[in-house]
This record gives sequence, C-alpha cells and structure tokens, in this order.
Amino acid sequence: MSESVRFRFNVDGSNFTTAGQASVQVKKNLRELGIPAEAIRRVSIAMYEGEINMVIHAHGGEAEVIVFEDRIEIILSDHGPGIPNIELAMKEGYSTAPDNIRSLGFGAGMGLPNMKRYTDDMKIDTELGKGTTITMTVKF
Amino acid sequence: MTVKELAEREGFTPVCLPDPERVIEGGYCGDLLSWVMGRAKSSQAWITIMSNMNIAAVATLCDVAVIVLSENVSPDDGVKETAEARGINIIKTPMATFEAAALISSLI
Ligand SMILES: Nc1ncnc2c1ncn2[C@@H]1O[C@H](COP(=O)(O)OP(=O)(O)OP(=O)(O)O)[C@@H](O)[C@H]1O
Ligand SMILES: [Mg+2]
Repeated sequence: MSESVRFRFNVDGSNFTTAGQASVQVKKNLRELGIPAEAIRRVSIAMYEGEINMVIHAHGGEAEVIVFEDRIEIILSDHGPGIPNIELAMKEGYSTAPDNIRSLGFGAGMGLPNMKRYTDDMKIDTELGKGTTITMTVKF
Repeated sequence: MTVKELAEREGFTPVCLPDPERVIEGGYCGDLLSWVMGRAKSSQAWITIMSNMNIAAVATLCDVAVIVLSENVSPDDGVKETAEARGINIIKTPMATFEAAALISSLI
C-alpha cells in the first residue's frame, strides 16, 4: 500500500452560515498537495453537498478525506435520522428541506445527484434513527 | 474581459474585488445552490439574487470568477469580509438577472 494523507473535520450541525468550511479547507489542502484541478473540483463539490446535507438533515457529523496515489476517498458520517428511502432521496428534485433552509438557496433536491455525478463511486450506508455514512471515491 | 473591467462598466458597482484581474469566461444564472454547484463552471460570472454567507462557499468551490448580485441585492453581513479573505470577487447591479446576463454575454 502506498502512503496516504488524511484530513479529518468535525462538521458543526448548528450553524448554517459557516456550513461548508471543511470542504473549503479540503480544497485548499488538495491544492497544496498538487492534486489535478479537475479532481479537486469534483472532490470539493461532492464533499460540500454531503457536508451541507449533514448540517441540514442530520445535526452535523464527521468528515474524513483520504488522499491515495491515484484516488481520493471522502467519508461523511452522521448520527442523524437516517434516510428512509435511498432511491427516492437520490431523485433529482426530491427534498425534505424545511422552508427556512430553502430560503437560503438549499432544498433543490440536487445534492445527492450531484455527489453521484461528480464521483466515480458512491456508497450510502444508512440506518433509521442511527445515522448515515456516505463514502465517495474520486479517481485521478 | 476581466472582473475589474466589468466592475467599471456603468450599472455595476464593486462590493469587493480581491482578485480583479480574473478573466470572465461565460456565465451561469441561478439561485438554487445545488444547481449552481452542479452546473456553474470555473471562471464564469455567477449571477444570483442569493445574498447569504453560503454564496461564498459555493463561489470558492465552483471557482467562479465573480459573483454578480442582481436586482440591487446587497450581500448579508459578513459576506463581504469572507469573500475578501477568500479571494472571491463580488459585484452588484440594479439590473434584473436577465439584463445583467445579456449585457455580460455581449461584453465577453
Ligand atoms: N445525511 C442525511 N441524513 C438524513 N437525510 C438525508 C441526508 N442527506 C440527504 N438526506 C435526505 O435526502 C434528501 C435529498 O438530499 P439532496 O441533497 O439531494 O437534496 P436537499 O439537501 O434536500 O437539497 P439540495 O441539496 O439541493 O440543497 C434530503 O432532502 C433529505 O431528506
Ligand atoms: Mg443537499
């Protein structure tokens, strides 16, 4: 196994205005590591959507980013309510975001579809009442 | 056209220009952040009426050249400072999104 670099973040679930900080930091870190720009873009967009979902739908959680020689893995885990119907949640336009969140520009129901589109692999592990872990891989 | 050149046009007012020489290559209009995340491309002008702090993160991650706030919208408290610190250009205009987009499109 080749050496890997790891970044870990706590994602605060109570602050919508600072949401996305971990993703912004990861973008910076990946730039410093000299990762190709297109891969950085895909990682930071997918991670941002997941990070925002943890804040909006799951009271926050943890984010971990692991940089391998040929790929980046993003692991987002929360102890929120879980996703009752993954197929439905993955549909473009499906959203349970409340009105106050929608007024900030969220709730288009495009986050999970974006995460799928921008990554090479995405796995959702979820249990009702326990939480959700999403693992995404971006190859470069 | 650079962001600075756009900011100097009649009808546009700079809010903050930490990276004024950034070149605008196309544009994207939208207020729903996940649409913007999914569709906006690097170096575009992003025209929106959204003014809250989350636009700073979206602009950073999408790497747009400038946020253009249309309809005379002003950024919420703290957005200008955050944008300045992160190198995100913001311009505002009283124009509607359609008019701003049409004008920018004709200039680039
Ligand atoms: N971590 C999570 N925990 C619980 N439910 C989630 C989580 N992530 C997503 N969901 C559910 O899946 C739905 C769809 O998520 P998606 O990110 O696609 O849209 P959204 O967050 O509602 O809106 P947008 O991302 O466009 O701002 C959410 O409305 C929510 O019901
Ligand atoms: Mg979402």
